[in-house]
Amino acid sequence: MKPDSKDHWLARPESIRLLWRVFAIVLAATVVAQLVIGVKGYFGVDGWFGFGAAFGFLSCVAMVLFAKALGFLLKRNTDYYDDGEHGDV
Amino acid sequence: MFEFLPPAIVLLLGAMLIGLVRGALRTAVLFAAPLLTLWLIWLVPDGVVFDVGFLDYRLEPLEGSPVRRLFATIFALMALVGGLYAYRQAKWYELAAAYAYAAGAIGVSFAGDLISLFLFWELMALFSTVVVWCGGTPGARAAGIRYAVMHLLGGVILKVGIEGVVVHTGSIDIQPMLATNFDTWMILAGLLINAAAPPVSAWLADSYPESSPTGSVFLSAFTTKTAVLALILLFPGEPALIGIGLFMVMYGIIYALLENDIRRILAFSIVNQVGFMVCAIGIGTELAINGAAAHAFAHIIYKALLFMSAGVVVYRTGFNRCTELGGLFRTMPLTAICGIIGALAISGFPLTSGFTTKTMISQAAANETLIAVYFLLAAASAGVFLHAGIKFPWFVFFQRDSGLRPKDAPWNMGLAMVVFAGLCILLGVAPQLLYQFLPYPVEYEAYTPGKVLFYLQLLLFSGLAFFLLLPLMKRTETISLDADWLWRVLLYRLASGAYGIAKAAGHAASSAADAVLSRLHVLANRHFSSSPGKDRPGIFARAWPIGTTALWIAVLLTSYVLVYYF
Repeated sequence: MKPDSKDHWLARPESIRLLWRVFAIVLAATVVAQLVIGVKGYFGVDGWFGFGAAFGFLSCVAMVLFAKALGFLLKRNTDYYDDGEHGDV
Repeated sequence: MFEFLPPAIVLLLGAMLIGLVRGALRTAVLFAAPLLTLWLIWLVPDGVVFDVGFLDYRLEPLEGSPVRRLFATIFALMALVGGLYAYRQAKWYELAAAYAYAAGAIGVSFAGDLISLFLFWELMALFSTVVVWCGGTPGARAAGIRYAVMHLLGGVILKVGIEGVVVHTGSIDIQPMLATNFDTWMILAGLLINAAAPPVSAWLADSYPESSPTGSVFLSAFTTKTAVLALILLFPGEPALIGIGLFMVMYGIIYALLENDIRRILAFSIVNQVGFMVCAIGIGTELAINGAAAHAFAHIIYKALLFMSAGVVVYRTGFNRCTELGGLFRTMPLTAICGIIGALAISGFPLTSGFTTKTMISQAAANETLIAVYFLLAAASAGVFLHAGIKFPWFVFFQRDSGLRPKDAPWNMGLAMVVFAGLCILLGVAPQLLYQFLPYPVEYEAYTPGKVLFYLQLLLFSGLAFFLLLPLMKRTETISLDADWLWRVLLYRLASGAYGIAKAAGHAASSAADAVLSRLHVLANRHFSSSPGKDRPGIFARAWPIGTTALWIAVLLTSYVLVYYF
C-alpha cells in the first residue's frame, strides 16, 4: 500500500464519475452519428437506427445470463479434480 | 536430394543447438535460428520443391503456396518474438522444446503429402507436451499427460483416416476433399481434435494455463492454427465446419465468462477465435478462406500478446486468478497497455488487426446470405469484447486494489510485447500489408464509415452491458465442468466400479475353490491318511490280511463272470 492518501488518478471516485460521463457521451454519439452516416445493412434489419447498439447490448445480456444459469450446473470447487478420490492423472 | 534447405529442419537444428551451447552463443542461436528460418520460408517457391522416396510413396516434404508461406511466416515470427519474450526467464529445455514445436508447425505448413503432414503433426504433439510439462508443478505434469493422451489419440484417428484415403484412392497428395466417407471423416476428426473442436475442446483450457508463464505464449500459437491451415488445405467449403465453428465461438465465450484463472480465460478465447476461422473455412468462398487465413495470422499475434501480458503478471506476482489480482495498472503500466491493445485487437475494434481480419469472415457470411451465421458471428463479436476485451484487462489491471505492487515487465518481455502490440495496430491501420499475402486476390475494403459505426455501436454497448452486469460477474473460486468430466471422472468411476466387481467376483471364486479343496482334503485325510488323528488309520491306509484281499478278488471275478453270462 502506498503511504500517501491520494490513490492513483484512475482510482479516485471523482475520476470514475467523469469516466462514466465520457463513456455515456461516446455511447450516445455512436448512435446519433447514424443520422449522418448511413449503416448499409445486409439483411434490412441490421441497417435500422441503433441496431448495432441494441443487438450488442442485448446479446451480451443474454450471454451473461445464460452463462450464469449454466454456472449453477457446471461450477465446482477449484480442487474438484484433485481430491484424490478418483486418482485422476 | 536436398537442393533446398527445408525451413522446418533449420529450426529443428536450431532447437537442438540450444541445448548444446550456452551463454551468449545460446542467445545468438535463439535469435538466428528463427531469422534464418524466416528467410528460407520466403525463398520457398510455389509448387513441390523436392520429393523423397519412402517405401512405395513419393513424399513431398516441401511444397510452397501463398497460404502455406503465410502460416509458416507467422509461426517463425512467433518463435522469434516468443524467444525474445522468454529467453532470459525460461529454462533452456523449455526454449528448445518450444522451437522444436514451432519447427513442427512450419513442417506441417509446407507438407505436400499426408504422410509428411502426419510426421510433423506428431512432432508438434511431442514437443508441445514437453512445453506443458515445463510448467514444473504436479498440476502441469498431470495436465501434460492428459494433453499427450488426447493428442496421441487424435494422431491415431488422423492416421486411420490417412491410411484409408491412401488405400482407397492411391494418392497421398494434400488436396481439397469433403467429409463424405469414413476415411475423410477420420481425417477431419483428427484435424478437429487439434483445433479444440467439440466435444474435446477441454484439452486446451486444461493444459495451456498449467504451463509456465513463458510456455503458454508458445502454446497459444501453433497447435490450433496448424489445424486451421490443414483444414484450409483439405476441407475448404466442408458444410459441417460452419456449425462446428459456431459452437466453438459460443463455447469459448460462455466458458470464459465463468472462468476465474486469467490464462484459462485466454485459453477459452482461443477456442472462440479458432471457431471464427473454422466457420469461415466451412463457408469456403475465396473471401471466407482469405478471412480465415488473415484472422489466423492476426490472431496469433494478439493472442500471444495477451498471453505475454498475462505471463508477466503471473511471473511477477505468482498469482493467476482474478480473485487474487486487481489494480495492477499502478505499477505495471506497460503490461497493462499492451494487454489492453491485445484485448482491443481480439475484440475486433476498429484500427486493430482484429477488425481488418474478422470482418472479412462476417462479410463472407453476408455475401452467401447465411443470415443466422452472420448474426451469430455479430453477437459473438460483442461477446468477445465482453469475455476477453474487457473482462481480462478489467479483472487483472483494474477492478479493486489487491494491494499488490509488482514491478513491470523485464525489458525483454516488455520489448516483445511492444513489438506485437505495434503489429496489432499496424495491421489494423494498414491492412494491405497483410492482404497482399493472402491466398486469393483481395477486393475487400475493411473501412467503410457504415461498417465502422456498426461495430463501434456493437462493441461499445457490449462494454456498457459488461459494466451494468458487473455484479452478476463476480468471480468465484471455481472451475467449470466440461466434456472432459466424462473421462476424467465418469469413465474413471465406471472403470473403478468394474474393477471392484471383478475383484469381488475373484474373491468369491477363490473362496469357493478353497472350500472345495479343503473338503477334498478332509475326505482324502479320512480315507488315505495313516495317522488322521484318530484311533486307527483311514480305510485305504490300513494293513489288511492277504486272505481278505483274496476273498474280495474272488467276489469281484465271480460277479464279473455272472454279469458276462447274463
